Amino acid sequence: MSFVTVDNVFQSYGNRPIIERVNVTVDEGEFISIVGASGCGKSTFLRLLLAQETPTRGEIRIDGQPPAQEPGLDRGVVFQRYSVFPHMTVRENIVAGACFRRPWGRFFGAERKAALARADETLARIGLDHVADQYPATLSGGMQQRLAIGQALTAKPRVLLLDEPFGALDPGTRLSMHDFLTELRAETGMTVFMVTHDLEEGFKLGDRVLVFDKPRWDPTDPNAYGATITYDFDARNGGIPFQTIQEDTHVLHPA
Amino acid sequence: MRLINRKPGVALAAFLTALPFVLVLIAYAIGSDIRLSANPSDKLLPAPSTILATAERLLTEPDKRSGQILFWKDTWASLQRLLLGVGISALVATVIGLLIGLLPHVRAGLAGFVAVLSMIPPLALLPILFIVFGLGELSKVVLIVIGILPFLIRDLSGRVLEIPREMIVKAETLGASSWVIALRVALPQLLPRLIQAVRLSLGPAWLFLIAAEAIAADQGLGYRIFLVRRYLAMDVILTYVIWITALAFVMDLALRWLSRKAFPWTEATL
Repeated sequence: MSFVTVDNVFQSYGNRPIIERVNVTVDEGEFISIVGASGCGKSTFLRLLLAQETPTRGEIRIDGQPPAQEPGLDRGVVFQRYSVFPHMTVRENIVAGACFRRPWGRFFGAERKAALARADETLARIGLDHVADQYPATLSGGMQQRLAIGQALTAKPRVLLLDEPFGALDPGTRLSMHDFLTELRAETGMTVFMVTHDLEEGFKLGDRVLVFDKPRWDPTDPNAYGATITYDFDARNGGIPFQTIQEDTHVLHPA
Repeated sequence: MRLINRKPGVALAAFLTALPFVLVLIAYAIGSDIRLSANPSDKLLPAPSTILATAERLLTEPDKRSGQILFWKDTWASLQRLLLGVGISALVATVIGLLIGLLPHVRAGLAGFVAVLSMIPPLALLPILFIVFGLGELSKVVLIVIGILPFLIRDLSGRVLEIPREMIVKAETLGASSWVIALRVALPQLLPRLIQAVRLSLGPAWLFLIAAEAIAADQGLGYRIFLVRRYLAMDVILTYVIWITALAFVMDLALRWLSRKAFPWTEATL
């Protein structure tokens, strides 16, 4: 049974189609990378998954639920920037992941103490415990994104959406963020959608890589048609899952 | 070396800061001296020593009729009106600014209205305020509110709209309601900007206060200035003007300090 179902989704802004005829189903726990040229509707697709926008046609369901009208607890998100709250300390940012759903947006008394203790555990796990009392503006880009991911996971979403989360980071930091994300995923088994413009990153992290492109192209009117998913790669084992040796007898194994 | 890259040292910077003040004082002293040597009873540019003596008399000697020191009474009356007017404006502007900035329905309904309201010259409404609210405290406070509230609302609602959409969406995915987003995301980020906006609107607030006091009052700094104008008591007027300037400067300084103390995150950088 597929977990996320995207059924014949169209989205246009005014007369301009952005994406058209998008159909895809995703199983629970899959990591989906979304790649494509600029302006090919990758981020639009992510906003549709997030329910920040409603598609002009078609629908997106998570776990068979009716299509969402607005972003909610079942979808977590990390953007390239502005994903943490600058006026809260690092620790408060993590607590916010749990307490924003309350009527006053905060915990009181014993519950608050427990939440702070849990936040410290989370911070230790994501390696930010030494900056718990600082404000996000004092952190490096990589640390801010780690905080943003930690905050999103504190809310325990069913699907995690990442919009070019490592786009603004330097290559070294990016590699350590890949390890960080891989570890977190192994722990939580969460379904992840990640938009990236880095093909290598997409194939490295994803189980599947969806490529957005325009299948129809009108040279006199480049905006006449929208983009859709043109390729759906199986990216496990470095993109060549069918070459995995299934037998363990009578075959040579690579050393 | 280019001029834009030349920087003054500490001592020179201090000297340059003091220079315009000193120059103005010297220019005044010379002008006063020239006039007084031509006519010792000239009232237009009293000697600095006269102003100091007047200031001392104003600050310490009680009024013969009421037994009160009018200077402090005026100061208290004016500050009360000013703080009340600015405080009410800040409070109302915060609430309406949040509503306009966060709720599309309120924005559609109010943004245009406030934009038009802010174009009304408040002083033109002063006669109406005197007629409607009488000549007491209320009309003066209302004038300050009418004078600075539209500016504050427009500024603050704009600031709320400047909060990145990503941050609001993030709060939504953490399960925050509109109320929680207003309370925990928008409001805390708005407060330092409120202080900035209040600092900017203190000038107009003083203007409206003194205008209202000049026309109808029985105490207050503006009232006193316009009262003694009849006697050409420049020494009193100048003392009051210096005092008002000092008050406004201290308020500005205090707000800046408050902003730094209360919102350390606005200054935090890597």
